Amino acid sequence: MKDWRAKLRRIRALTLKETRQVFRDPSSIAIGGVVPVMMILLFGYGMSLDVTHVSVAVVDNDASSESAALIGDFRLSRYFEVTPAHSMADAKTMLLDRGVDGVLLIPSDFARRSHSADAEVQMLVNGTDANQARIMEGYANGAFARWSAQRARSDGPVPAGLVIVMDRMWFNDSNDSHFFIVPGLIVLVMTVIGAFLTAMVVAREWERGTLESLFVTPMRAGEFLISKIIPYFGLGMIGFVLCLLAGQFLFHVPLRGSLFLLCIASMTYLLVSLGTGVLVSTLVKSQFLASQLAMTLTLMPAMMLSGFIYDLRSMPTFVRGITYVLPARYAVALMQTLYLAGNVGSVIWPNLAILVAMAVALIVFTWLCTRKQLS
Amino acid sequence: MRSSLLRIMALVRKEFLAVLKDPRSRFIIFVPPILQCLIFGYAASFDLNSIPYAVLDQDHSAASSALLARLDGSGRFRRQANLRRVEEIPAWIDSRRALLVIQIGQDFERCLLAGKTAPVQAIADGRNSNTAGVALAYFGSVVEALNADWGRHQRQADPPVRIVMRSWFNPNLDSRWSIVPSLIGTLTMMGTMMLTALSVAREREQGTFDQLLVTPFRPYEIMAGKTVPNMVIGLGQSTTILLIAQFWFHIPFVGSIFILYAGLSLFLMAAVGLGLFVSSLAKTMQQAMLFAFILILPFALLSGLTTPFNSMPKFLQSVMIINPLRYSLDLTKRVYLENAGFAQLFSDFLALAGIGLLTLSGAAWLFRRRLS
Repeated sequence: MKDWRAKLRRIRALTLKETRQVFRDPSSIAIGGVVPVMMILLFGYGMSLDVTHVSVAVVDNDASSESAALIGDFRLSRYFEVTPAHSMADAKTMLLDRGVDGVLLIPSDFARRSHSADAEVQMLVNGTDANQARIMEGYANGAFARWSAQRARSDGPVPAGLVIVMDRMWFNDSNDSHFFIVPGLIVLVMTVIGAFLTAMVVAREWERGTLESLFVTPMRAGEFLISKIIPYFGLGMIGFVLCLLAGQFLFHVPLRGSLFLLCIASMTYLLVSLGTGVLVSTLVKSQFLASQLAMTLTLMPAMMLSGFIYDLRSMPTFVRGITYVLPARYAVALMQTLYLAGNVGSVIWPNLAILVAMAVALIVFTWLCTRKQLS
Repeated sequence: MRSSLLRIMALVRKEFLAVLKDPRSRFIIFVPPILQCLIFGYAASFDLNSIPYAVLDQDHSAASSALLARLDGSGRFRRQANLRRVEEIPAWIDSRRALLVIQIGQDFERCLLAGKTAPVQAIADGRNSNTAGVALAYFGSVVEALNADWGRHQRQADPPVRIVMRSWFNPNLDSRWSIVPSLIGTLTMMGTMMLTALSVAREREQGTFDQLLVTPFRPYEIMAGKTVPNMVIGLGQSTTILLIAQFWFHIPFVGSIFILYAGLSLFLMAAVGLGLFVSSLAKTMQQAMLFAFILILPFALLSGLTTPFNSMPKFLQSVMIINPLRYSLDLTKRVYLENAGFAQLFSDFLALAGIGLLTLSGAAWLFRRRLS
């Protein structure tokens, strides 16, 4: 009984010390407050995959009414900004100087051959940014199809019997990219606060030797861990609340699942991050190494290998294998589902169970490591 | 002059020893960039090559089978299930077992044969609206190809005009060709800025920086002694990634090595300059890391690495004028894939040199002010 009370008192004292340390160093508060806000603004406003304006140089070697009509359709499209070019060499220079993103080339026999049904026009795109180039090709196809349809209509009745696609995007009917950014953002913020900051803080104590002096006191490894985790858990939750508010009031992302489950999921992931941070710093004991390791092991994967931005199913098998070890994958699936799809048991329970298991395993392992280094 | 050079050399030697003596820090400087380059080269792609889908075919006709055969034959779509009732659809989407559900109505073939339009429903899991959009676009192109064949079959003639798509510098529009050359700058910047910022902050935290300041070293010598080694380490990282791009991913390098390295040196000067600037403001390693992180994150996100630079809001575009990574990505990709020359890259060179000079002199000024 007495033992327990002493334990609690020690934990309280240590937590208080750690919290004071957080408040004394403005950079810790910045990580809890400034970093989440900055990330929300950056991701929310800075990241847009839409290609809205594409500038195209047009080389019209034909100068006929047919070619003028085609160019007119490109001009009318809201995506293209058409610049005339005198020759292909001119257009190529413009492309290399980044004046234009693509070139539309109409050969000199275009009008003549279009009557005998074997004319072609060329669309050259700059493939340096493959994604943008592909979107541009889509736009060009669209403008071209409109032009052909119009021509066919003026030539005679369209042979109908076409399959048309009626597509619907469930959970995000208006195709608003904020809908997938906000859930992923929560995961990123938890990762930064949990793993990054904690790794630095614990490594600093090892580096300066203040931990050794703590260990000559009656403190136990478990008490040390708890006192380290509590203040940074608090900081992480501040970040979480900020993201939640931004999603609700800034980006108007609907929360279709239960808020309670969302909180549980975020807390569990935060514990996993904190566990990783403490473990990494206990193992390497240097601030530089700990911060680099935390960045490589947690932040970069949370962005690239979690399903947040890039689809996991299209990755090669061995990369996909790696993602199964990373907690971010499960957290992103949870957040996206809870936010947009609702309480889908078949997604939530397995992913949550894995995260809980990871949190427990990490914390127990860290506790064992700390205890071993004590003796 | 000569003694100044000797002093700088001694500092450079000391700095190299401090960083490279510890096998763990050697490891952390070179292994993560290699791993990240390999993994992101494979992972960072918006192309989908495996789209799980389920189908609800209420028509069971030759036409609907032809459409599904085309989907299965495209190599991108993997059929997970044949559904029987509309009520089954939500379960497949909700549980993420299917990214796409295709619903073919009862009168699909009848409409087609009667010369009317025949609708096909495509329902996508919009939890990641970007992925969903790509999947729907692939489905759309399969249907378009079907329509073209169908039209040709009916009219017995080709369409009068075709559009031929060609892509320069990346003939197959492989997104790896865009991503991996971009990683040269991105990964190097992250490594170098952190390394520089933390190395000064560590000296300050341990008090060795004050010892350095009372030696006969002039402030600019100390700056040079910190700049050169970190730049060399950064160039080492860049070279490693460049080699992976060429010999592992087999992305052909068409430009001039000399121009590339000239550009990378300026870029690294800017990155080290930023690192020094950050560390001159920070009191502890934690602060240095935080400041560096606060710079690196927007620089990486708003550089054009993952999203096109021109699609960003105009305001952010003008703020990013100070972002060295933005110029470096432009430069590396254009030299690597397009064989761009000095004249075309002049503005990038100018901007990088400007950022480098500004940050280095700013950091020198801040250090000197701290001295007095």
